[in-house]
Amino acid sequence: MMELTLAIAIGVLAGSGVWLILRPRTYQVVIGLSLLSYAVNLFIFSMGRLRVGAPPVLGAGGAADPAGYADPVPQALVLTAIVIGFATTALFLVVLIASRGLTGSDHVDGREQR
Amino acid sequence: MEWSRHLLIVPVLLPLATGAALLLFDETRRTLKALVNFASTLLLLFVTLALMRIADTVPAHGAALSWSYAVGGWPAPFAIVLVLDRLAALMLVLTSVLALASLTFSMARWHRAGPHFHTLFQFLLMGLGGAFLTGDLFNLFVFFEVVLAASYGLLLHGGGVFRVRSGMHYIAINLAASLLFLIGVSLIYGIAGTLNMADLALRLPSVAPEDRTLLQAGAAILGVAFLVKAGMWPLCFWLPPAYMAAAAPVAAIFAVLSKVGIYVILRLSLLIFGSAAGELTGFGGTVLLLGGMATIAFGAFGVLASQAMGRLAGYSLLVSSGTLLAAVGMGDTAVVSGALYYLVSSTLTIAALFMLIELVERAREPGADLLTVTMAAYGDEVDAEEVEEEEVGVMMPGALAVLGVCFGCLALLLAGLPPLSGFVAKFALLTAMLNLDGLGAPAAVPARTWVLVTLVILSGLAALIAMMRTGIRTFWAPLEVIVPRVRVVEVAPIVLLIGLCLALTVEGGAMIRYTDATARALHVSADYIGGVLQTGTKAGSVKAVTP
Repeated sequence: MMELTLAIAIGVLAGSGVWLILRPRTYQVVIGLSLLSYAVNLFIFSMGRLRVGAPPVLGAGGAADPAGYADPVPQALVLTAIVIGFATTALFLVVLIASRGLTGSDHVDGREQR
Repeated sequence: MEWSRHLLIVPVLLPLATGAALLLFDETRRTLKALVNFASTLLLLFVTLALMRIADTVPAHGAALSWSYAVGGWPAPFAIVLVLDRLAALMLVLTSVLALASLTFSMARWHRAGPHFHTLFQFLLMGLGGAFLTGDLFNLFVFFEVVLAASYGLLLHGGGVFRVRSGMHYIAINLAASLLFLIGVSLIYGIAGTLNMADLALRLPSVAPEDRTLLQAGAAILGVAFLVKAGMWPLCFWLPPAYMAAAAPVAAIFAVLSKVGIYVILRLSLLIFGSAAGELTGFGGTVLLLGGMATIAFGAFGVLASQAMGRLAGYSLLVSSGTLLAAVGMGDTAVVSGALYYLVSSTLTIAALFMLIELVERAREPGADLLTVTMAAYGDEVDAEEVEEEEVGVMMPGALAVLGVCFGCLALLLAGLPPLSGFVAKFALLTAMLNLDGLGAPAAVPARTWVLVTLVILSGLAALIAMMRTGIRTFWAPLEVIVPRVRVVEVAPIVLLIGLCLALTVEGGAMIRYTDATARALHVSADYIGGVLQTGTKAGSVKAVTP
């Protein structure tokens, strides 16, 4: 059940994201890229296999049985990916605003299609 | 660990420290910033040359063909390592040479056209150094993002509507490609359980058959992300406008940016899907070959159709990318060796072309100089008089003649005509393609190799026609010749790059020897793997850590 929910969530996010980045407005593209990055982050997380109640970090006593722990690497990867995605999205927003100011249009090509 | 091992981290740390330190100075102290930047880049060049010597003196046979550096001191498969081999060293030297040339060029005027040019420039070098040296897939992603973040800033350097618009397309495409990169990396991790490239290559043959399709999907998605950066057709439509919009010194350093994608594809396809990969050997080779051929054709048509010179240079870059991708797709040792020679020669040529275009176009439209307009719009302290004053530096005597000779040399290099290195590069490539079993051993040449050979030669013809047309229009046709105001610092880097191509021709034997050794080492992945995975045990930390 958990797998199905996660798969549907990733699918919906990715599908909406792809649709949005194909739209002509810059704001839609930004939102689309954000949704896509959420989908990707969830996907990376799921690559460490879904486990409930398993800590990723060893306790003070050391590892009694490695099978009792979740894989910490994908979680670390997700953290890095979130930070980088956040920063690049912020940068993209700045360019978007600059483009809006310079061209007076929020179309991705800087002018409306005739 | 002897001290010279620490040289390996210098291409990452030095630009990082310089870039950060440059942030502390005020924007008005541009001369100081430029000098610090120049000194740092020069130092980087010496370091990378030293690294190249080290990489080249590693014994040709034996366990350690690569030389690795455990960043955190942890044994290799568990933490990030930097790996130096001949290929990485070659790319590093190429990067620092281009950096020095484009930085020198920018010091004439471009570095004054916007804020934080020098800092972004150093961060770009840091990302490139890291991307060429890292031995870890996720770390590669991080360095890629550093490169891209810096390149977003540099592309927008100088401002203006055209730059912002193509910059927005460039950023959107690259953000989407980065997401594909992440999906590919995590799929590979999910199947193989490792991110270390050497460890991955070791584990690949033992992947269960039912998981193999998923692994191939991951590798293919990862490949798409790199092909977007390398500019393979049909993923390349963003490239010519973006490179055309970039300021001349920025476009020159960007010439090496698209080669990062090719570098990664070359490294991964030979390391992971090399001869030791069992059933996965040669995965993706056909796609690279056919895609490369399509890219050459598209680039050649683009070169012929280009009216603006910047667009011509952008499409030339696509032709160069396509040739390299097709060569990597063939996967043969001698072909890869020729491709590496071609990579160096074509990157230097295109970078020089991007810089030359800026100077030549100054001769075409005096007064309508975009730069002064944007500088007036941007500049608080730069007023017109100051610009006028600073322009009177050491002016270049006989500017038009010098520019014309440079332009002619570049046309020869792009078309691959003798006597310059473009010819040697194409000759090495074509000979290797037509003699797959070695010289003197007659082998049947498959039809698609003939198509590729034809395409490579025709693309040279297209470049020749386009360059001649542009040259005639610029240097011969005008009735009233306007002599462009060109300074020595602007011509010097172009002459330097062309001189390097000349040196590549004269010292062609030595260069081919180096690329031969590189290609051979790439095809023996066991040596690379051995070099990476033994560092951990050599440092002795495995036994020391466990109580």
